Amino acid sequence: MSWLINLSGLALMALIAWWFWLAGSGKARRATHGAVDIIVDDGVYEPAVIETDAGEPLALRFERRDASPCAEQVVFHGLDVSAYLPVGETTTVTLTPEQPGSYRFTCQMNMYQGKLIVH
Amino acid sequence: MRTHHLPIQGATCQGCASKIRAALDAVPGIEDIQVDLEAQQVSVRGAAEREALVRALAESGYGVEPADDTEAAPSHCEQKDDDAPASDSEPAGGGDIQLAITGATCASCVRSIETALSGVEGVHEASMNLADHSARVSGRAAPRDLIQAVESAGYGASVIDDPRRADQEREEREQAHYRRLLRHTGYGLGVGAPLMLWGLLGGSMTVQPGTWSQAAWLAVGLITLAVLAVPGRPFFVGAWKALRHHNANMDTLIALGTGTAWLYSMVVVLAPALVPEAARHVYFEASAMIIGLISLGLALEVRARGKTSAAVKRLLDLRAKTARVLRDDGEVDIAVEQVVAGDRIRVRPGEKIAVDGEVEEGSSRLDESMLTGEPMPVAKGPGDSVAAGTLNEGGTLIYRATRVGADTALARIIDLVKKAQGTKPPIGRLADQVSAVFVPTIMLIAVAAALAWFNFGPQPPFSHMMVAATTVLIIACPCALGLATPMSVMVGVGKAAEYGILIRQGEALQTAADLDTVVLDKTGTITEGRPALTRVLAVDGEQQDDILRLAASLETGSEHPLAQAILKAADERGLSLTAVSDFQALNGKGVSARLDGTIVRLGNRRWLEQEGVALALEDQAAELSKDAATPLFLARDDRVIGVLGVADRIKEDAAEAIRRLRDRGLRVIMITGDIQASADAIARQAGVDQVLAEVLPEDKAREVKRLQQDGAKVAMVGDGINDAPALAQADVGFAIGTGTDVAIESAAITLMSGSLHGVADAMAISRATLGNIKQNLFGAFAYNSLGVPVAAGLLYPFTGWLLSPVIAGAAMSLSSVTVVSNANRLRFFKPNKGVHGAAQTANERNEP
Repeated sequence: MSWLINLSGLALMALIAWWFWLAGSGKARRATHGAVDIIVDDGVYEPAVIETDAGEPLALRFERRDASPCAEQVVFHGLDVSAYLPVGETTTVTLTPEQPGSYRFTCQMNMYQGKLIVH
Repeated sequence: MRTHHLPIQGATCQGCASKIRAALDAVPGIEDIQVDLEAQQVSVRGAAEREALVRALAESGYGVEPADDTEAAPSHCEQKDDDAPASDSEPAGGGDIQLAITGATCASCVRSIETALSGVEGVHEASMNLADHSARVSGRAAPRDLIQAVESAGYGASVIDDPRRADQEREEREQAHYRRLLRHTGYGLGVGAPLMLWGLLGGSMTVQPGTWSQAAWLAVGLITLAVLAVPGRPFFVGAWKALRHHNANMDTLIALGTGTAWLYSMVVVLAPALVPEAARHVYFEASAMIIGLISLGLALEVRARGKTSAAVKRLLDLRAKTARVLRDDGEVDIAVEQVVAGDRIRVRPGEKIAVDGEVEEGSSRLDESMLTGEPMPVAKGPGDSVAAGTLNEGGTLIYRATRVGADTALARIIDLVKKAQGTKPPIGRLADQVSAVFVPTIMLIAVAAALAWFNFGPQPPFSHMMVAATTVLIIACPCALGLATPMSVMVGVGKAAEYGILIRQGEALQTAADLDTVVLDKTGTITEGRPALTRVLAVDGEQQDDILRLAASLETGSEHPLAQAILKAADERGLSLTAVSDFQALNGKGVSARLDGTIVRLGNRRWLEQEGVALALEDQAAELSKDAATPLFLARDDRVIGVLGVADRIKEDAAEAIRRLRDRGLRVIMITGDIQASADAIARQAGVDQVLAEVLPEDKAREVKRLQQDGAKVAMVGDGINDAPALAQADVGFAIGTGTDVAIESAAITLMSGSLHGVADAMAISRATLGNIKQNLFGAFAYNSLGVPVAAGLLYPFTGWLLSPVIAGAAMSLSSVTVVSNANRLRFFKPNKGVHGAAQTANERNEP
């Protein structure tokens, strides 16, 4: 009995590490015509992974539904871009990533997490 | 065959589009379906009946309710609330679109515009107001269709965003969120507190199978489930959505913590046999209390956060609502959004300037302190520029709009401040890295702690495991960590804006806090940047005023900067000038003219000597040169009768500001292209440590680099245009401007007021902000690295302490409120200006 509990505990830990860190971050959305609609609600950006090409102008339309202040701002790390997202409105963030790579975009406190993959 | 255009709502992705297609496909007689997500409209071609299509859409969940037709939101983006609880997020107000119409001149235009607008699909009502050239359209039509309709009718149209109403709606939504959180707090604590009290007062929190207590606890368990399902719903929904994205956040921790406590308690209630007798303890009160306490924490945070953005709100409030535009047919008050460049606007005493412009008529004083931090009102007359948001204190002005909307200095400042508030100084990077992996790590710790209690803990293992794991999940606060830097940056950047200091990046905030060298450009930075009369000398028997009057009469009409200085001084003293004849200007020498039968000359000493004029006042003139002033000799016929000293004076408060910088332990260096002697003279007055004279403009950047190579952390202060390379080379570049004209995008930090005090203020604010960030980061790290081990039960072997999950919930919600409140303390920070007026002594000897 006790080995079973220990084993399942360890398995649970392995599962946590695998799911959150190793298993990747879900399906990516490619920008169509340079624009992507992103819904900001319930602690996640939907879609959370955006793909685009370097040098292509990109319009990200953030629609913030979550009124909690966490969601108030979106910050693109490494791109020096940030925007206020008024609740209940759609805010368009335009940027042109020049360097290929992976850029995180998060709320101020890193609870909302997204990734911009530039090819 | 017909084509139906049907409005849809809530369709945000291709997945929705295919669902809509599938739903409509089921309707017989359809040839083609086009879903336009942008316009939230679906076009269906075929013989199908409209009603059948509407029904199919409604069933798919993307249809627009008929009731919405009259009160639809202005654009598709506000309509996507399909899966949000209606009571929680109802948009305030109706959904009218306001258009600014151009080209309409008569009543018949009104009719044709109204007809054109009414013809657009989805328009419920359209009415045009000729007086303010606007049209109001209700319905759910797309703005671009409306504009197109007006344009094809032969007029122009653009959408008027009403920022004030949008602000109001936003505020209402935030208020609703706050009230909802308070309500949730009430539910959570209302259920949790009596239960906790029962336990504290000695009531049994354990389940005896087969007795009344089992039934009673079952009822309590169901009530607690309601707490988790209603006020706790956002946490669970958020946790689930994040989980699907391989993501974990604060919601995950709360949902897991409260969910675990509830599940464990339910197992105890429903199947007590599975749990050893000593462990048949229920923790319903913990679940309910935690939901209540965390909702309370969030509510307090919402309140405290409102204050952190007070600086931006203050700037937003500076925007004028209306402008009184002069039209051919009289004056009309129109919304400020409708003002276009070129409009002539009248502003009366006590009113705000609506848009940036140039004064055409009238004179007044404007209070520009809200933008520049400079408390003294600024005199304005024809030709002067005025900035939106400043306050007219004196007379009436008529000015021509030059920049409107997002181009005004005020709009750009707001934009800049908002952007800067979102940037992070490097000091916050560690916290970012930690918080990116924080939540899964806490989950691992929680499981590990449970296992440790199972293997090494006292009996009964299950309840201890549960308490330890729940407490670890609940006490961990990623928010405090994530909020530590951005909250302080927000308040710090806002505070700086209040003093007319615009900080562009969080990085500059950090660098400005540990500078050790300040390089000041001379012209325009230490000095006023334009020559002014500093001294009038007269030979015995002549009056100073007569000398000045004569010189000014001679220079009337001259554009030369020295002439301007003399004319301005004469004007200030109210001297009346006399007309001269035979005016001659000799380049590099001086000017001469005839006046009342005499020849009057004003120029440099060498020229007058060549002309054979008898010199006088030579010693005093040499004195002037030593003080970096240019002596101009005034001669009547063949005799010098006076000398005028003209100099680019140092700014009134420059010496005091430089003293402040030196008191802070900074090395202050002046850099200039002037020759050594005159540079030294200014340097003496300003009191700098070191002078770099005879530096060509293009070499300034190299000088800054040289200082950096010697290990100095250099701030460069210059005008932002000529000094741009040096500003970019410096660790922090300060662009200094006079009033609202400054190029605010040219440097890391912009000083709107033109006063060097701004440099010291900026450094003081940076240091205070950085200190605040450090406190916050320390607090957040310390809280988590102490709280989590204690929650896991590290103290138990030594003291027998094991935290209750309820205490953990209270601590957690307090910790983020503490961070926000600490950041708010910065709002009361005042950079110490020192004693005003001390600088006067340095200037007084230059006064005429």
